Amino acid sequence: MDLLYETLFNGLAIGSVLVLAALGLAVVFGLMGVINMAHGELMMLGAYTTYVVQNLFKEGPLEALFPIYILVAIPLAFLVSGLAGLLLEKTVIRRLYGRPLETLLATWGVSLILQQFVRSVSSAFMVGLLLAVALGVLFPLFSPKGLWQQRWTPILGVMSWLVAGLIGVATASALGANRALDQPWFSARNLEVSAPGWLRGAIDFGGVTMPTARLFIIALSLLALLAVNWFLQKSVWGIRIRAVTQNRPMSDCLGIPTQTVDALTFLVGSGLAGVAGVAVTLLGSVGPNLGGNYIVDCFMVVVLGGVGKLLGTVVAALSIGVLSYVIGSGSLLLVWPGMPAGMNELITFFATTSMAKVLVFILIVVFLQFKPAGLFPPKGRLVEA
Amino acid sequence: MTASSPSPLRRWLPWVLIVAAGLILPIVLPPFRLNLLGRFLSLGIVALGIDLIWGFTGMLSLGQGIFFALGGYAIGMFLSLDNLEPGKLPEFFDLYGVKELPGFWQPFASPLFTFFAIWVIPAVVAGLLGFLVFRNRIKGVYFSILTQAALLVFFNFFNGQQKLINGTNGLKTDTARIFGELVGSDLMQRYLFVITVVLTVGAWLLCRWLTTGRFGDALIAIRDDEPRMRFTGYNPTTYKTLVFAVAGGLAGVSGALYTVQSGIISPQFMAVPFSIEMVIWVAVGGRGTLIGAVLGAVVINYAKSLVSEQLPETWLFIQGGLFLLVVTALPDGLVGWWRLGGPAKLQAMVGWPPRTATYPSLDLDPALRSEQGEGKP
Repeated sequence: MDLLYETLFNGLAIGSVLVLAALGLAVVFGLMGVINMAHGELMMLGAYTTYVVQNLFKEGPLEALFPIYILVAIPLAFLVSGLAGLLLEKTVIRRLYGRPLETLLATWGVSLILQQFVRSVSSAFMVGLLLAVALGVLFPLFSPKGLWQQRWTPILGVMSWLVAGLIGVATASALGANRALDQPWFSARNLEVSAPGWLRGAIDFGGVTMPTARLFIIALSLLALLAVNWFLQKSVWGIRIRAVTQNRPMSDCLGIPTQTVDALTFLVGSGLAGVAGVAVTLLGSVGPNLGGNYIVDCFMVVVLGGVGKLLGTVVAALSIGVLSYVIGSGSLLLVWPGMPAGMNELITFFATTSMAKVLVFILIVVFLQFKPAGLFPPKGRLVEA
Repeated sequence: MTASSPSPLRRWLPWVLIVAAGLILPIVLPPFRLNLLGRFLSLGIVALGIDLIWGFTGMLSLGQGIFFALGGYAIGMFLSLDNLEPGKLPEFFDLYGVKELPGFWQPFASPLFTFFAIWVIPAVVAGLLGFLVFRNRIKGVYFSILTQAALLVFFNFFNGQQKLINGTNGLKTDTARIFGELVGSDLMQRYLFVITVVLTVGAWLLCRWLTTGRFGDALIAIRDDEPRMRFTGYNPTTYKTLVFAVAGGLAGVSGALYTVQSGIISPQFMAVPFSIEMVIWVAVGGRGTLIGAVLGAVVINYAKSLVSEQLPETWLFIQGGLFLLVVTALPDGLVGWWRLGGPAKLQAMVGWPPRTATYPSLDLDPALRSEQGEGKP
């Protein structure tokens, strides 16, 4: 029986990571109808932020505070991922409003760029990038206004950005000749984040061993859930977000600044991805492909949970997490040794992480045959858009 | 349509060019480049299928890799079994201690069965998957996500089953023989190139035929206003399932051609990024323009192989930038941009507006010139 509890506990921990990761995705999708394929990469940014914070606390004046570095990493990761998300919304997603499939492709492009970015970022690269962006932004501000009112202005715009980009690339490769500046910050390797001591142990609870790291993850996602729930239900901006989710044109008419609401929601959703990134560092190593491992599961949570209810996301994430873990670890066999031979074979066949995913997907598709709009479909009659 | 029918020269020139290319290129191009071109042309076939379901019907599938790889595995299994001594198994089975050929391998010993399996199996799988999804009126982003999840599931399955289909390692085909000739040999690759050209043209004709008649109108109706089509008394599910199955079959053919020309089929063809790449070929070439899909596949893959030879680490940046650029600045793709009067607008921008019969502002407005498109997305 203890074994059963232990399996359930571990499944719950995996599910909690999914809750954290999918929460932001679901909020953004519910509000804007935008599927953010770069969500996994925003998680990755959060994980890398944790790595950087950990390195800061490892030696030097902050060494004494190493045990609590993770508490510093959480808000920082929220901020880094949130700002990256805000930038994404302001530059790309805003232009694609009402075209969800195009948004999907554009955010996929962003995810590719972010992946390669963490692989190849070095001091030289960063200087070149900042220089190019600065030149591209500043040129229109500091050139005669007349240049920007001609019929060939679009060509000038493209050309100025091209030149700025070339200057950036040239600077980066010139600086790259210096070995120290060319050193990649993270490189393509997987990096280990060492958890503080109090997260490495385990608590024995009536025969059930619970690793503290997993307990921490469960607590963290519970806290995040409560915070998001409070924010959406009680705060002024949360109420505005819900209003826009329900009826965008009407909210607009009533004076709610929908563009600000969009930006804010994206910031919060991306920030939550960052927090999920912190949690992920406790389960495994940090690498450029970290996002891809979680993103499809997160999408499944959104599909299964439906839109517009936090509860749907939570239930869907927990059930996918627990089911995958229970099936994948094959622990059903240990719990119930005396099952018929046919069942036994079937369970062994699916008892790997990847085969568990196969089975869970089949179950989801079967479920959608009965409830196409997910676990908690929106009530009332909606006109199909 | 008030435009006069094109002159005979314009009508026949493309065909002359295609035939000439099919006959001359295999002789003049060095084997390596010819092989690359053949591969990219075969990718054009899967792009045609995506154009059918996305450009014309408005369903973005991120899982075409499933059908692509199924076609590839079908021919891969046939080539592994062909020319085996009686009673022996393909080599990799020894590694995993499998003594008996798994049942589902048996029929692939027959060339006839394989010939059909290459396109029927992917089409049936696509039709089934599509039916289950479309029946519940799951569409838009949900459909895209589900196809992607299905792709991941197939990837996991093929990747994990060493004892059935050699898992991660995949099946090698270039050391197998058809009619006594090595599949990887230069002569065979030349034949395969000609076959690829013929099949690409055939696939294009099929898609052309599908999209011009009533069926094509129905597809465009689904894309532009599905509820209205349903209220008019049509059942979109049938059309969607059918067109998804056709796209799946095309992907299977494409996968089989690609496999014999690249020499291996592995679960990597079912990896998530590859299927999204397929979509971007169509987007760059031009959604809703069939020729754009083929052009996009060939051009982008050629660019990819050139860039990867020189500066491998920049390709992801370029590809990501391409996604952003096409979606934000060039939504009709290159061919769409051309057809909707892009060059004329560019001319006007730099100060040499083309001669127009009426006001330039009218003549250059894409909205007023839309009769030229095969169907503007």
